[in-house]
Amino acid sequence: MTLFRGRRILAGAMTLVAAVALTACGSKTSDTDTAAGVSADTSGDTVKVGLLNSLSGTMAISEVTVRDAIMLAVEEINAVGGVLGKKVEPVGEDGASDWPTFAEKAEKLISQDRVAAVFGCWTSASRKAVKPVFEKNKALLFYPVQYEGLEQSPYIFYTGATTNQQIVPGLDYLKAQGKKSVYLVGSDYVFPRTANKIIKAYAAANGMTVLGEDYAPLGSTEFGTIVNKVKSSKVDAVFNTLNGDSNVAFFKEYTSAGLTAASMPVVSVSIAEEEVKGIGTQYLADQLTAWNYYQTTPGAANEKFVAAYKAKFGPDKPTSDPMEAAYVSVHLWKAMVEKAGTFEVEKVRAAADGITFEAPEGLVTVDGTTQHIAKTARIGKVGADGLITEVWNSGQPIKPDPYLKSYPWATGLS
Amino acid sequence: MTVLFGQLFTGVSIGAVLLLIALGLALTFGQMNVINMAHGEFIMAGAYTTYVLQQTITGAGVSLLVALPVAFLVAGTMGVLLEALLIRRLYARPLDTLLVTWGVSLMLQQLARDVFGSPNVQTRAPELLTGNIGLPGGLTVANNRLFILALALAAVAALTLALRLTPLGRRIRAVVQNRDLAAVSGIATSRVDRTTFFVGSGLAGVAGVALTLLGPIGPTMGTNLIIDAFLVVVVGGIGQLKGSVIVAFALGVLQATGEYLTTLSVAKVMVFVAIVAFLQWRPQGLFTLRTRSLA
Amino acid sequence: MTAVVGPPTVTTVGPVPAGGPPPGRRRRALRLRAAAGFACGAALLFAVAPLVLSDFRLSLLAKYLCLAMVAVGVGIAWGRGGMLTLGQGVFFGLGGYAMAMHLKLADAGPGAMPDFMQLYGQLDELPVWWRPFASPWFALPATVLLPMAVAFGLGSLVFRRRVRGAYFAILSQALAAAMVILLVGQQGTTGGTNGLTDIQGFFGYDLDDPVNQRMVYFVIAACLLGLLVLARQLIQSRYGELLVAVRDGEERVRFLGYDPASVKLVAYVVAAGMAGLAGALFVPAVGIISPALIGIVPSIEFVIGVAVGGRATLLGPVLGAVAVAWARTALSERFPGTWTYLQGLLFVLVVAFLPGGLASLVALARRRGDDGPPGRFTLWRKRSRTETVA
Repeated sequence: MTLFRGRRILAGAMTLVAAVALTACGSKTSDTDTAAGVSADTSGDTVKVGLLNSLSGTMAISEVTVRDAIMLAVEEINAVGGVLGKKVEPVGEDGASDWPTFAEKAEKLISQDRVAAVFGCWTSASRKAVKPVFEKNKALLFYPVQYEGLEQSPYIFYTGATTNQQIVPGLDYLKAQGKKSVYLVGSDYVFPRTANKIIKAYAAANGMTVLGEDYAPLGSTEFGTIVNKVKSSKVDAVFNTLNGDSNVAFFKEYTSAGLTAASMPVVSVSIAEEEVKGIGTQYLADQLTAWNYYQTTPGAANEKFVAAYKAKFGPDKPTSDPMEAAYVSVHLWKAMVEKAGTFEVEKVRAAADGITFEAPEGLVTVDGTTQHIAKTARIGKVGADGLITEVWNSGQPIKPDPYLKSYPWATGLS
Repeated sequence: MTVLFGQLFTGVSIGAVLLLIALGLALTFGQMNVINMAHGEFIMAGAYTTYVLQQTITGAGVSLLVALPVAFLVAGTMGVLLEALLIRRLYARPLDTLLVTWGVSLMLQQLARDVFGSPNVQTRAPELLTGNIGLPGGLTVANNRLFILALALAAVAALTLALRLTPLGRRIRAVVQNRDLAAVSGIATSRVDRTTFFVGSGLAGVAGVALTLLGPIGPTMGTNLIIDAFLVVVVGGIGQLKGSVIVAFALGVLQATGEYLTTLSVAKVMVFVAIVAFLQWRPQGLFTLRTRSLA
Repeated sequence: MTAVVGPPTVTTVGPVPAGGPPPGRRRRALRLRAAAGFACGAALLFAVAPLVLSDFRLSLLAKYLCLAMVAVGVGIAWGRGGMLTLGQGVFFGLGGYAMAMHLKLADAGPGAMPDFMQLYGQLDELPVWWRPFASPWFALPATVLLPMAVAFGLGSLVFRRRVRGAYFAILSQALAAAMVILLVGQQGTTGGTNGLTDIQGFFGYDLDDPVNQRMVYFVIAACLLGLLVLARQLIQSRYGELLVAVRDGEERVRFLGYDPASVKLVAYVVAAGMAGLAGALFVPAVGIISPALIGIVPSIEFVIGVAVGGRATLLGPVLGAVAVAWARTALSERFPGTWTYLQGLLFVLVVAFLPGGLASLVALARRRGDDGPPGRFTLWRKRSRTETVA
């Protein structure tokens, strides 16, 4: 039984396709006018910058505030005359919490809008997705979020903490507090898994034991089992690398299991003031966080930043570390461009080393080789008012070391 | 032993959450064949209702109790609007309801973002519900979990009684079993549909209030729940409540056991595989409604 | 699903299965028409688009065309066969990962491991299941055959047990969710949430070079046209008639002595193969494959494109998929803050008020325009008036 008729049409059509394909390709091979490396359009009296954050989807809960902070910095810069005499014109795009969309929008900002630099991205996955785009086009990305290290792209400036500016100080603090055992709880993605690998290496070298390691799927809000396991392990402290929504469910479960900061403290590396507001202080009282900046960090620069932010976005809106890092990144870019005297990417990169900025978190310095910035590490405690107050800091900015080369226990990690 | 009991209780409480979020679907999907992807957003509406009420009613306990009926009304009203504006046109195309309500859920999420802001919001739980009850042998049972278990069972009981005993319940069952026959018997099927949708959506709102005790309150909170809820109803069998009840608890215990023995991710995949295998055995779900229709 | 609303009607529009071939002249005219339409499409894709679009927009179009390939398959499985498959992401992903694994291995060079494995996996050697993908002779056929094999396995289980309608839809959706969790959990060997990124070369061609990107576009466009020809043949064959009959009245087809399960299985497997090919070509076009592309949300979006275009037509799914993807890009560029309202509204309006999709608009206009015989086949015709796609 033949179910299919008219094979000749098929054959004829395929030949046609092949023929058209060949002629079309043949005529196009010389068309290379827009080669890689689109330069920024600085011809007018404005210069465009790209803002690439998720305004929709699951990551919008965190990334929208980063967008706000970038906008604030842009406004401040425009208020004092812009950069090299040109007003900064922000072009916003929505990454939609979807990594290929991030790549698409990055390409659009670079090749269509011809922006001088792009600020944004949050998750490691989105950064990994856009990295080839920036490297191919030789364009600049400023990435404002703490991350798992092990990366050093020539076209990305990392203004959030790398591991030795956040996780390692967090562990140092626990060790100094006499904690001998830790339990690792994280979301199932790159940052927690890599961070936990580092924590395990640190623990092995520093006489701490890791009593358990559990991952929840991203977005998971069911923590009964994990909290059960943590509770029965009778561990000294929990190291928490959960992301976003999962933190809310985790701490609600943790509290109702009768665990408190006094009996079993949790050090979190992804909970800032904004997240505290979403979880509720009744579940977070006195728990620890590791960051480089808090809204309560003292200093005139921070007072000005907090006041300006609240004036623009509302008195009940807190400021947080990723927001501050994003805000700083715009100012650092301005300083780099002004030192270079041009918007040209390669010259801006060459000018980056040693650039300093009196940031809300204190003085930060760009390290030209790693393109990360030296930051002070701060351990904080969540207060009843929802703010985080510092309980310890590293005293001075820590030089970034994304591959942890200066830590003997970390050999073999990268 | 302690851990074993803890896990069993965890399983039961996962089941209670599943039951609570699936109960409304058991009505709208199970009884009416409407695949409402915006059900998760109705849950979200219930959670935000709690949040809004807490802005005016300061007592956490009182506001929670007030929130339960209010959220039922809010989500139910949203459901009725959805039914009247869109779903009514789609009863002949049940699978299309999935696509339309998916579009609705996108819009509702964005609406939540614009009204309440992108970040999660917090609600206060009453003191009573943040603690736990200690049992002999170092066992503890979390109060909020007990509350949700009680709420889920109460909702099932109320719904069962309503379907069995009230005239409206009889009408709903008649429409489910044979729509045409019900119509010629003088039942206004479209009004019954609307009421069913109101109750089903309202139950989502109640689930939303309960979930504020456990999880985040934010624009995308519904998306994580919806698939699990549908699976419960599908495996339980369309057209019956008891199937959903049994399956919710069975899946909860299965997941908790899997989580304990392996990892959370593997447990989740295990649950999915178990469901596919189960549907091989009983393609129409645990309990099937016998009808004479040809399909 | 028990409720079938309205009597299912098996339409006998178009070639009649048992009535012998239509008169030769009409067949020739139809073929000519199809060939002419096909040539127009080819000209548009191969000549006009590359001339008027910038490199960036052309690469976006390449991406849309990949989604359109998935849509052709969904059009067959859902539009023609009534199987609402919400798990096409799985097959798209299998094809994509198979291709990306090969390209990553080719980038790394013989004997070496992909970069992310050293970073996150700390593996000493390549996992066993990666090894065959080093050979293009394995990887390339695998991009299509692997999804087809999985679809065959799953389909023969599910259809034989008469799982259908909403059950099938939700089951396939669960499958997509399970696949994502599985991939994310194996970060060391699959790249986790990051997926496989930073793909540099495509069989020796540097993908950063715009010329090669254009070549990739042409390959994709040619494949899409090929799939369309294939789909047309399938739809016009006796099998195509049988598939529609199964959609509209599965039990009746069974009583006629056919086995609906195998009829459905063929369509499901073909759709999976098309999704696999699309995934494989998506990788060089976009340079990334990740779990974000194969989960529940993208799987629903594949189907929505088809619904918007017109599920039961040949070209509708393609145009719908391209239109939805294009609208997503255009709206989000124009209105970054509020585009999801517009996207949601588009889905709601088209599906609720235009069940035949945008293609039915064209068909409507056409039917008003000429009074040809109602049974005449055109590329646009919606073949069944039945709205029960359950």
